[in-house]
Amino acid sequence: MAETQTTGAAISFAALGKSFEKKGSGQVMALEDVSLEVPAGTITGIIGRSGAGKSTLLRMVNGLEQPTTGSVTVAGHDVGRASAAELRHIHRDVGMIFQHFNLLSSRTVYGNVALPLEIAGVPSAEIKPRVDDLIARVGLEELSRRYPAELSGGQKQRVGIARALATRPKVLLSDEATSALDPETTQTVLKLLADINRDLGLTILLITHEMAVVRDIASHVAVIDGGRIVEQGTTYDVFAEPKHPTTRSFLSGITGVTLPSFIADRLQPERPQGAAQEVIRITFAGQHATDPMLAMLTSELGIAVNILAGAIEEIGPHPFGNLLVSVEAGRGAEARAYLERHALLTEVLGYVG
Amino acid sequence: MSANLINMLLEATLQTLYMVAISGALGTIFGLPIGVYLAVSQRGELLSSPAVNKVLGLVVNATRSVPFIILVVAIIPFTRLIAGTSIGTTAAIVPLTIAAVPFIARLVENAIREVDSGLIEAARAMGATPLQIIRKVLIPEALPGITLGLTLAAVSLIGYSAMVGAVGGEGLGDLGIRYGYQRFMPEVMLAVVVILIVLVQLVQSLGEGLARLVDKRAPRNRGR
Repeated sequence: MAETQTTGAAISFAALGKSFEKKGSGQVMALEDVSLEVPAGTITGIIGRSGAGKSTLLRMVNGLEQPTTGSVTVAGHDVGRASAAELRHIHRDVGMIFQHFNLLSSRTVYGNVALPLEIAGVPSAEIKPRVDDLIARVGLEELSRRYPAELSGGQKQRVGIARALATRPKVLLSDEATSALDPETTQTVLKLLADINRDLGLTILLITHEMAVVRDIASHVAVIDGGRIVEQGTTYDVFAEPKHPTTRSFLSGITGVTLPSFIADRLQPERPQGAAQEVIRITFAGQHATDPMLAMLTSELGIAVNILAGAIEEIGPHPFGNLLVSVEAGRGAEARAYLERHALLTEVLGYVG
Repeated sequence: MSANLINMLLEATLQTLYMVAISGALGTIFGLPIGVYLAVSQRGELLSSPAVNKVLGLVVNATRSVPFIILVVAIIPFTRLIAGTSIGTTAAIVPLTIAAVPFIARLVENAIREVDSGLIEAARAMGATPLQIIRKVLIPEALPGITLGLTLAAVSLIGYSAMVGAVGGEGLGDLGIRYGYQRFMPEVMLAVVVILIVLVQLVQSLGEGLARLVDKRAPRNRGR
């Protein structure tokens, strides 16, 4: 991945650590030595399981949590050392949306979107045109006098997005914003976020436990596990060549490329004595077509290939495929060398006796 | 029933309403902020201050532990200081208010604690000050609960007001005791009880109606 220098970063985490006092068990490390640059104008995804520390990380960007060590810089301000006046700037520059929307039930759509402006002390004459504009942007003109209880989940998240944009922020934080929505609504909300990113040049930092969300809108991704970032890069690179086991397990969840259980159950890491099959994952990208490649493997080298599972995804404009195959174990190395020569990535998953 | 008796009933009803209205209003003025503070000063909350919270909680509990009739006589010197006299309807407002404040404070505290903590987080993310969060988020969101709590307090005050006859507070309860019981006029007792039932019903319905009006959490039954 091209290293983004501090000048191009909207948010940078530098050697960030966070520990909590926990009764009985002393210090609990939530985050350890996290360094990450979020390039300005990108959509960056942080993916991790629940409890991995991603929520804590996100909350440090707008000062909802304070780092124990290290620092977070947003638009040039060090959040941990910001004065009260600087913090007001930061809060105006950083909008946030939430998994459960967190809308005030006592206020209409209009009232909810107006809230951050009231809090920032914007004169009331300026609030109305601004709020009407925001509600139109998220396509809820008809519902501006309704209360949240009368809206669907997708509509509520649109209100959340309009509210987060009210103070014209430079950065939008998304805390599992689509996790409570059905797949179809998720797509429309993600599209809205992508539109906003493009139209307003807004940097979006989102946390999620769904690789599909990262695949669909994020250009950069960081994988967090046990309070540490275990892998980061452009989404395409990470998908094409995942290095860490956590990343791989997240990816296998969405690519649909998992071994059929009758093979997975028999898979062993070492090659057994006697006749065996080597199970290989082949990852291919862009112009490389695999079918002729596998056919050529058979015709040129005389190696028979069993296809176990496969899928083609799209990451941004790039097609991206994953194929699980098995070949006779004795000729595995030969087959892999051939494929690698043709710019495919291979990985040995194990052996089946 | 004689015209004289009807006049007495009418007057007693007005006295009861006067005592309940004024002590309810004063109880809300003092009880609301105390209740809000009890909720937000808990450990880890907006204005976390566990020590102050504990002391305040103890004072509130202590006041609520004293049986009302004992409170009425125990604070007679204080009542005289505030109201200028310790006898009469106006004087009775002092113990009623003192009983109402901690009661309302606890009801408000409970209503505030029901507010989803996610809303506080959202407001903090917008840079809201604690006071802004209280005014723009906590109180409006807790309003249905607060309204129901105040209704409960008003009903309790109607009950308490019957005991202030002990210090010449008059009102319906006092009339019932003096005429219905001591002079053995069962028709007066009956009339007093019926009026009290009607009053409590009215207050309860009014409170529930108001709470429904301010409660936007459930969808309206639109155009069914």
